[in-house]
Amino acid sequence: MAPPLDWTAIVVFAALFAFVTVVGFFAARWRRGDLTQLAEWGLGGRRFGTVVTWFLLGGDLYTAYTFIAVPTLMFGSGAIGFYAVPYTIFVYPILFTVFPRLWSVSRAKGYVTAADFVRGRFGNRPLALAVAVTGIVATMPYIALQLVGMGVVIGGLGIHGELPLVIAFVILAAYTYSSGLRAPAMIAVVKDMLIYVTIVAALIVIPHELGGYAKIFASVPPGKLLLAPPTADNLGQQSGYATLALGSALALFLYPHAITGLLSSTNRHVIKRNAVVLPAYSIALGLIALLGYMAIASGVKSMPAYAVGFKTFGANFAVPALFLHMFPSWFVGVAFASIAIGALVPAAIMSIACANLFTRNIYREYIRKVCTPAHESQVAKITSLVVKLGAVVFILALPKTYAINLQLLGGIWIIQTLPAVLIGLYTRVLNPWALLIGWASGIAAGTGMAISLGFKGAIYPLHILGWTVPCYAALSALVLNIIVSVGLSVLLNALAQEAREDETAAADYV
Amino acid sequence: MTGNAKGAGKRFRLVHLLLIVPFAAVLWTPFYNSSEPSLAGVPFFYWYQMLWIVLGAAVLYPVYRAELRAEE
Repeated sequence: MAPPLDWTAIVVFAALFAFVTVVGFFAARWRRGDLTQLAEWGLGGRRFGTVVTWFLLGGDLYTAYTFIAVPTLMFGSGAIGFYAVPYTIFVYPILFTVFPRLWSVSRAKGYVTAADFVRGRFGNRPLALAVAVTGIVATMPYIALQLVGMGVVIGGLGIHGELPLVIAFVILAAYTYSSGLRAPAMIAVVKDMLIYVTIVAALIVIPHELGGYAKIFASVPPGKLLLAPPTADNLGQQSGYATLALGSALALFLYPHAITGLLSSTNRHVIKRNAVVLPAYSIALGLIALLGYMAIASGVKSMPAYAVGFKTFGANFAVPALFLHMFPSWFVGVAFASIAIGALVPAAIMSIACANLFTRNIYREYIRKVCTPAHESQVAKITSLVVKLGAVVFILALPKTYAINLQLLGGIWIIQTLPAVLIGLYTRVLNPWALLIGWASGIAAGTGMAISLGFKGAIYPLHILGWTVPCYAALSALVLNIIVSVGLSVLLNALAQEAREDETAAADYV
Repeated sequence: MTGNAKGAGKRFRLVHLLLIVPFAAVLWTPFYNSSEPSLAGVPFFYWYQMLWIVLGAAVLYPVYRAELRAEE
């Protein structure tokens, strides 16, 4: 029997959703620019300061991944899900060190995407195309994760069927189309306030109701509370945990949406300053991860009221069930709206970023070389719609037991652009053709591992010298990629004498 | 000008080593994969990593300051 509709929660939820929709369309007028220019539509005119960049980058980190995917993994698998915390610890030193260089060279040369940079740096069109296609394809499962998160909370309101999700999706598509990056940047402010309210309430009310953190941890089965220790010939969960964290951190700022967030900032200090202050988000992320354990402690899994939800959404329903159990209806509306809007903002940034990539690096490069800025911007707007449909394909095609696997799959692909983009920021000794073959080997190996795991996980057990070393497939495939890239570079550079073109100069990076 | 930048580069290279600290502290899982010492009922595994979020930011701040000074 389906639970009755919770009208109070639905009205609050719908009102908040309507409010951000208005904000989204209004955003086109904010710091008004000519939205028929790609840098205006797709990078907000590169005018965002520390505060807006904080919200925008925070929007990249704080998504349905944080609120649904990570707690779900904690709820179902225990300690391994906490890898999200070391992941965010590693992200900021990387952001601080590497990405101001990308910002500087992009400002100097007018780059909008990572593929623009690779094209300019290495003067190699196929390599730039590989980077662009990888960005677009890797982002789709990440957008899919956002849609799964939205679907779960809408289901939690007692509404069944796909219609509400379709409506949310159309609204998202419409205001992204009309306002570009200004829309998610403005909504991100509202979203963060809602999320802070939800987190503070959740972290005060729920542990209090459950009798404190000690009791919460005590209710977690002992086998799940820590990482499984190594056995005689198997490193157990330990290597999986560390490689998940490191691989995810290396992958994050290679995603087109993260690069869009970075390049839209007004100067490189904005990025450095944000690397110092953004960890405030991570603390909340760690506490939200623990919602998975609170869901275990509350016993929602065995309550008949939530049986339908768990049956429909699996473990992904843990956090919504916990909120339904703990909060009054009106606040359920607020909390669910914050999760849904928290999924909407990154989905918008992601589809804009993919649109930038397609327009700049595929359409203008291969399909129509001469096009007016207005035409370019129009193509980007239409692409932002197509990318969202691609995300739907991932939802339909892949198992959703753990939504987090969608994001981990994207990571396997996007991290293969690391040698060309990140190493490329420091040196161009690597040969572009070697990088291309390295990329292809990484993509093939990573995808192969994901397939052999049935897309149900991302930790692939490697067999090294009689040891079984479980490792995040993104990282092991990246190692292969780097070995191939470096090895072939030595060979190709020895054979070829001609100087390759590099349109950037050392001074552009500082 | 270039000489200046080079000198500055040498000066804050040592500070940059701080950026490795969070990796050293958290990558080696066996170091913190235990329940004890627990803090108010929270197992070591959890509070240790939460602590490193704060320490990780604390480590970035002096690097940021040093770079600002070097550019002035």
